[in-house]
Amino acid sequence: MAATSTQRGVTPIRPAPRKTLPWPIQFYRSAVGRKWVMGVTGLMLLGFVVVHMLGNFKAYISPESIDHYGEALRDMGGHLVPRTHLLWAMRLGLIGAFALHIHAALSLTLMSRRSNPQSGIDGQKKYAGSQDYIAANFASRTMRWTGPIIVLYILFHLADLTWGTRSDEFVRGEPYHNMVDSMSSLPVAIIYIVANLAVAIHIFHGTWSAMQSIGINNPRINGIRKPVSMGLAALVLVGNLSFPIMVQAGVLDEETSEESAPALVLSEEVTS
Amino acid sequence: MSGSGNTNVLNLTLKVWRQEGPNATGSFDSIPVEGIADDMSFLEMLDIVNEQIIEQGGIPIEFDHDCREGICGACGVMINGNAHGPKKGTTTCQLHMRNFEDGDEIVVEPWRASGFPIMRDLVVDRSPFDHIVESGGYISVNTGAAPDANLIPVPKDASDMAMDAAACIGCGACVAACPNSAAQLFTSAKLSHMNLLPQGQAERWKRTEQMVETMEQFFGACTNHGECTEACPKEISLDNIAFMNRDYLKSKVKNRKLTGQVFP
Ligand code: FES
Repeated sequence: MAATSTQRGVTPIRPAPRKTLPWPIQFYRSAVGRKWVMGVTGLMLLGFVVVHMLGNFKAYISPESIDHYGEALRDMGGHLVPRTHLLWAMRLGLIGAFALHIHAALSLTLMSRRSNPQSGIDGQKKYAGSQDYIAANFASRTMRWTGPIIVLYILFHLADLTWGTRSDEFVRGEPYHNMVDSMSSLPVAIIYIVANLAVAIHIFHGTWSAMQSIGINNPRINGIRKPVSMGLAALVLVGNLSFPIMVQAGVLDEETSEESAPALVLSEEVTS
Repeated sequence: MSGSGNTNVLNLTLKVWRQEGPNATGSFDSIPVEGIADDMSFLEMLDIVNEQIIEQGGIPIEFDHDCREGICGACGVMINGNAHGPKKGTTTCQLHMRNFEDGDEIVVEPWRASGFPIMRDLVVDRSPFDHIVESGGYISVNTGAAPDANLIPVPKDASDMAMDAAACIGCGACVAACPNSAAQLFTSAKLSHMNLLPQGQAERWKRTEQMVETMEQFFGACTNHGECTEACPKEISLDNIAFMNRDYLKSKVKNRKLTGQVFP
């Protein structure tokens, strides 16, 4: 089959797959397989985003609540696992999902470029005619822009609130203090707001698209696939935007944080 | 052509893609067209334009067509950036000029995709579609003589989906409309058409694997925009693509020695 492809009139843009490779690798080398990987890793990352947001909501309960939560994450597994090991296992899974998601996205973009004669990149028009896209919406056309924005945002977010390299005020193990300190600066709050808009747009097309890519397709649920994606995007948008906005509005502030002395004592005790 | 009651007459400007051959560089030609009856089809309008061109000693515009009743899939051009023109669920040959206004400028272009190289003017080489079908779009096991009605029970939903998929005429509008030039809608329609019916089961996994892999040698990667369904003159559903994606993973995992014995 592969040998004949060179004699065909139309030049293929990719070679025929090598059938000697193990099937998971063969599968990942196909575009449909990469879409599967993008879908599955995308849903994993979506799960992370939602859980991360729910965890952050503890800031509204009390400063101690979120500080305890951060400590509980590091201490996950209790006496069964060395401290932070379980958390690191989860982080590695997350990093792996990111790497695969990005690799699949890049390679699929290149493949689509090769299959378009002149304009190539998604979002640019192939035709001179005036009619615009009919079905493709803003979200689906900008996936290849919102994606890189999210990568940059994650690096910023890690530097800001995990590594603490952005500010001298950073205190390891005091998420509430760090969050309020960071987001009380207007430029930083704006970065968070813009980035989370990109996250929500990415989730809106991504969730629906993932369901399509991994074949979640049943007449009984097809009708709710779009509403579910929209609901999730809206949830993440409202939830995540609330933090910078509430800090700016002064609802979350350092004064409440000063009452959180017990939490600090607790985290110091455990770290030492 | 005229005289059938209240026919409106249109005067239009065509902006047509002219290209002498596969390796020539093409460009748009502006052609004024007068006296087009609005009950003509788009292809009949092109016929008239070609007669005009021939009378003036020019070379007529090359375009593909055959049945002119929307069932063969030979016709198909981009009209104002829409595959098969502005009307949903309609092939170019079935598109009436009443969908345009007097004085309109109409941009007519060939399908554009690396898998569909331009041969001349509006004609593209769609042989990659043939290669996809050659690689598995058939049933080669002996399924016997025509069975008695209702001998093989087929669930109504499955037969409906298979029949809807079988409506695909292979015109290539899905690839043309796709920002990624992907052929997922075509391939998945051909797959659903057979993979959902009892006679298609024996070769289901081999078919899915080979057709998907042949498709990927020529076309881009689907990002689920959904432009293809909108452009499709037969309104083939995106659900077929999800079904194909599911079957492709299964085709990789299935133990081939068991296929034919164990249905899905
Ligand atoms: S000419 Fe046959 S479908 Fe249009």
